[in-house]
Amino acid sequence: MAERVVENLNQALHALLADDPGLYLLGEDLVDPYGGAFKVTRGLSTRWPERVLSTPLSEGGIVGVAGGLALAGQRAIVEIMFSDFVALAFDQILNFASKSTAMYGRAVPMRLVVRCPTGGNRGYGPTHSQSLQKHFVGIPGLTLCEMSPFHDNRAVLAGLLGSGRPGLFFEDKVLYTNRMYADGVVDELFRYDLVGADGDVARVWVDDPEQCDCVLVVPGGLAVRAVAVARELLLRDDIVCQVLVPSRLWPLDVDGLLPAVARAGRMVVAEESTAGGTWGAELAQAVHTRRWKALRAPVRLVHSADQVIPTAAHLERTVLVQDADIHRAVKEVVTGA
Amino acid sequence: MTAAVTAAPPAPSRLADDDLDLLLLIRHFELALLDMFGRGELHGTTHTCLGQEYVPVALRPLLADGDHVFSNHRGHGHYLARFGDPHGLLAEVMGRQGAVCRGVGGSQHILRDRYLSTGVQGESVPVAAGVALHLRRAEPGHLALVHLGDGTWGEGAVYEGLNMAALWRLPLLLVVEHNGIAQSTPTSAQLAGDLAGRARAFGVAHTLVTSTDTNTVRAALAPVLRRVRERGTPAVVELRTHRVGPHSKGDDTRRPEEIGYARAQDWYARYARAYPEQFAAHDERQRRHVAEVVREVAGRPASRWEEAGRG
Ligand SMILES: Cc1ncc(C[n+]2csc(CCOP(=O)(O)OP(=O)(O)O)c2C)c(N)n1
Repeated sequence: MAERVVENLNQALHALLADDPGLYLLGEDLVDPYGGAFKVTRGLSTRWPERVLSTPLSEGGIVGVAGGLALAGQRAIVEIMFSDFVALAFDQILNFASKSTAMYGRAVPMRLVVRCPTGGNRGYGPTHSQSLQKHFVGIPGLTLCEMSPFHDNRAVLAGLLGSGRPGLFFEDKVLYTNRMYADGVVDELFRYDLVGADGDVARVWVDDPEQCDCVLVVPGGLAVRAVAVARELLLRDDIVCQVLVPSRLWPLDVDGLLPAVARAGRMVVAEESTAGGTWGAELAQAVHTRRWKALRAPVRLVHSADQVIPTAAHLERTVLVQDADIHRAVKEVVTGA
Repeated sequence: MTAAVTAAPPAPSRLADDDLDLLLLIRHFELALLDMFGRGELHGTTHTCLGQEYVPVALRPLLADGDHVFSNHRGHGHYLARFGDPHGLLAEVMGRQGAVCRGVGGSQHILRDRYLSTGVQGESVPVAAGVALHLRRAEPGHLALVHLGDGTWGEGAVYEGLNMAALWRLPLLLVVEHNGIAQSTPTSAQLAGDLAGRARAFGVAHTLVTSTDTNTVRAALAPVLRRVRERGTPAVVELRTHRVGPHSKGDDTRRPEEIGYARAQDWYARYARAYPEQFAAHDERQRRHVAEVVREVAGRPASRWEEAGRG
């Protein structure tokens, strides 16, 4: 069986630190034996005590320090314990790190990545469960990626660090415990491959990758859930749904999605955030503009309710996007109901 | 500006029955939570105040209903000392009917009367300064108290709030529960200098209290609160305390001797040894009381969050 996603990420960090003596890793409670709130950084500080540092509770400060390291020609990865607290580092990301790549009239590489454990379904409540991707969409100089069970974390993080643009890396907290998919196999029905210019988009299909009734686009954090929905749609409703999971959220990678969308003529995008200024809305706008004639229905968006995320499990479920919501949306788009 | 109240007496002083009851209520409440987590009956997370119960108990008679209390993630003791309502709090943690905040906030997001907690460290200090600004004008003599840990002094908001409070002479009291650790990081690895020096930098009075004896701590805090009320100026009290339990649940990576040290400082065992008879009777009563609260609240239906409250 393939490794767990958290192990893949941990190994990615090991490899990146081993490859690059100028790479630092900063964050709260990272060092051993604790190894981070979600155990992503286990073993790293023991191997590289000078470059893997537990910090004070100072999110803005830590990202500022990472900006300084980047300015000095080094590389830095920051772990924000819960992505909700990246709000405290917004200024450093928006007004320093991403601006500095261009505001001095010449290209200044800023090689830093802010890792953001994201999302709900763990009962952590309103300030520890949010999906804040949308607040970072459309910032010049900033790249957004999301962890997925299809994309090797080492390649994604190395790509971000190599680009010279600061990046945010969103990591769904439940996904940590899932397994990576490997060798093109999802389960006995579904297969996957990586498509698009740089193999950025994972494509999950049954029987024939060129045939489907609908395309379901999700960020990596919803990938396992989207696959479960596609299975249900196939077995219960006889609907063939192709799941597309781009690793990069911003800048948008529409080209990697267009062939499948044009063939199916139907597209649903699901995100765990609330609606309003989201990645999904940007995708919908891009697809509407570029493939309007090929669409049989408008792109449908699925989000969590426009509410805070409650702590109690029975209430949290009433707010966060559920598999059944995604299932219903695909079915309605396909059947025209 | 630093006044010190030095080491705890070798034996704790005898506590009034109601103080002892409250301490033990908090202790057994926290133990029950860890127990339920261990059995998989609770979902999410929680931070217990095991070893630190005496802080809100010492403060209780020093606070008036009109004072505002800002609590943090480790707030069950703060809540129980203020309201003595284990049912409402447990219902909140378990998402059952009668929950103080309908199960929406959970363990670390609670609002009741003039009591508020939130899970983002440091955020409350400037908010409390804002409340204190209003109190100074509208209700002189009342204060805003913020409970915070030593680790939270890493957050810039603490200094921004303290600066305004000092500049504007606001009745703001920061009660620092300095337990020597933040999650897994010892204070020596996250706090440069010391809290006394940080308070001094703002011209704010600082009081260090090392005792874990409720009576002694109360006696040390009483004049501080009086000064904040009378002069309307901020103050910092630093209580050297001991986190006897894990940060949340099952995540204690301290060395056995460090945990052993915290346990050896724990008021609970020390008090049991010093006053065995008084202790035994009250301990048993609170243990049973909490068990009954757990049984009763666990049997309640799930909490409801009406449309009107959903924003
Ligand atoms: C802004 C922010 N950063 C990080 C956290 C995660 N976190 C919760 S409690 C805690 C440690 C707090 O330490 P301290 O202030 O010393 O209080 P203690 O836990 O020791 O009571 C951390 C890192 C948070 N809740 N808020």
